[in-house]
Amino acid sequence: MIWLANVKIPIGPQHPALKEPENFTITLDGEKVVDADIRIGYTHRGIEKLIETRNYIQNLYLIERICGICSFTHTQNYVQNVETILNIQIPRRAEYIRTLFLELERLHSHLLWMGVAGHEIGFDTLFMYTWQDRELVQDILEFISGNRVNYAMNTIGGVRRDISEDQKKKILETMIYLEKRAAYYKEVAVNEKTILARCQGVGILKPEIALKLSAVGPTARASGVDVDIRRDDPHAAYADTPFQVITTDTCDVFGRFVVRVLELFESINIIRHLMNNLPTGEIKAKAPRKVPEGEAISHTEAPRGEDIHYLRSNGTDKPERYKVRTPTMANLLSISEMLKGTYLADVPIIVAGIDPCMGCMDRVLVLKEGKENQPGYLLDWEHLRRYGIQWYAEKGGRIQ
Amino acid sequence: MTGIVTWARLKSPWILHMNCGSCNGCDIEILATLIPRLDAERFGVLLKGTPRHADILVCTGPVTTQMKERLKRIYDQMPEPKFVVAVGQCGSSGGIYQGSYCVEGGIDKVIPVDAYVPGCPPRPDAIIDGLVKLLAKIKEGDKNDK
Ligand code: SF4
Repeated sequence: MIWLANVKIPIGPQHPALKEPENFTITLDGEKVVDADIRIGYTHRGIEKLIETRNYIQNLYLIERICGICSFTHTQNYVQNVETILNIQIPRRAEYIRTLFLELERLHSHLLWMGVAGHEIGFDTLFMYTWQDRELVQDILEFISGNRVNYAMNTIGGVRRDISEDQKKKILETMIYLEKRAAYYKEVAVNEKTILARCQGVGILKPEIALKLSAVGPTARASGVDVDIRRDDPHAAYADTPFQVITTDTCDVFGRFVVRVLELFESINIIRHLMNNLPTGEIKAKAPRKVPEGEAISHTEAPRGEDIHYLRSNGTDKPERYKVRTPTMANLLSISEMLKGTYLADVPIIVAGIDPCMGCMDRVLVLKEGKENQPGYLLDWEHLRRYGIQWYAEKGGRIQ
Repeated sequence: MTGIVTWARLKSPWILHMNCGSCNGCDIEILATLIPRLDAERFGVLLKGTPRHADILVCTGPVTTQMKERLKRIYDQMPEPKFVVAVGQCGSSGGIYQGSYCVEGGIDKVIPVDAYVPGCPPRPDAIIDGLVKLLAKIKEGDKNDK
């Protein structure tokens, strides 16, 4: 008899349960997951290197395409970085319009997630419902910016399009309808047997582990970790917008569902507040093309969690270094923790539970250990420090 | 006999969606064609999970180095006759990622493509339009074969 203990099953990169290429090697004991190993990098497109070859205006469009779902958050971080180095003040109206877009994006992203999660547990009706409502948000986005996915709204110094009275009216009308729908989804989330059976007690992530593995966004908040960049370090117009940070302490996929549903209400209220208090005035401040030497770091609360961007400029019209840390990267570590001890059948919903966005995340290359001075050689910290000093000394001695 | 086969082929084009390193923008628009508002299923389109069931491969993205071999393998696993639709600017030409060290620059650099849908991302209606045009092309091609 063959003893079938610890069977390794590869899932991905092309797999019906996954929407994007990624690879999980799941070690199984019977039906139970013993260990999960995650391999990423299938959608690595070398964006950070490309950014260094393009000027600041071209980069707006490139950075928007880091991710098609949370495209606005990325440009928001980018323009914040550039504006910090340029030291320009952007008009209040532009700040409000930016916040409006951040929240519209959260609305459509959460609706999208609920649909995908429903699909993963075989509840396709939910997928059809939420995606149908999501189209309304897309309509607003298209009405204002002319595009459904990559809006090209942000620019250095402000936004590119203004909001008219007509648009304002349409946004407020749609919010009334969406609030009703959100209330319906809340009902569904807490009463529907399919969701309860498949999500409760599945994919447990304890608060201490969430903190240790630096989980962010709804994943962390569903584990009772009270973090939200919108409140903790307000960007755009969040400082004068009242809202609540939603947390639950169920620590499972169900909690992540509830957090996202309740965040729909918060987003709707924020959008109402913004529209009713929209300041008048300019939407764009004048910005020079060249950016002086400097460094900046910026973070925003993307729909999936904290998104961090770093920029170093060298006085030319192109960035010297750009670095992006997306929320999925932070949440990915906790997946392997959540998977341990669950059943194989729960893998898709647990993976979908963090709302992974691989397109955003694949920006890291992991190299296997090799010989010194050969490709693939892993440097330790001390080596790296010495190497950096030597490299710069040879280059012309910026740091000695 | 061929008449029946063509008829069946035109009425049930099953698709396989493959992400070859796209930004997700095109992928959500492909999924958005399936929702009630546009309902691609009225053309018999069904999203399949495995290449062995699919007639049409719908690809997005500029094909990253990692996905190149995998795209070829998926293509080889599909039964004949097979058709490929490249969705989005990156799928057609590499788009905004052109010149990067790890993208091939378009689906047609790796496998033959039958239809291109431009746009970054194309609207869901444009994707359906591309698919319908491809079906018309298949019909034409079959007529010429006879
Ligand atoms: S064509 Fe545009 S939207 Fe589509 S995957 Fe490429 S960058 Fe994203």
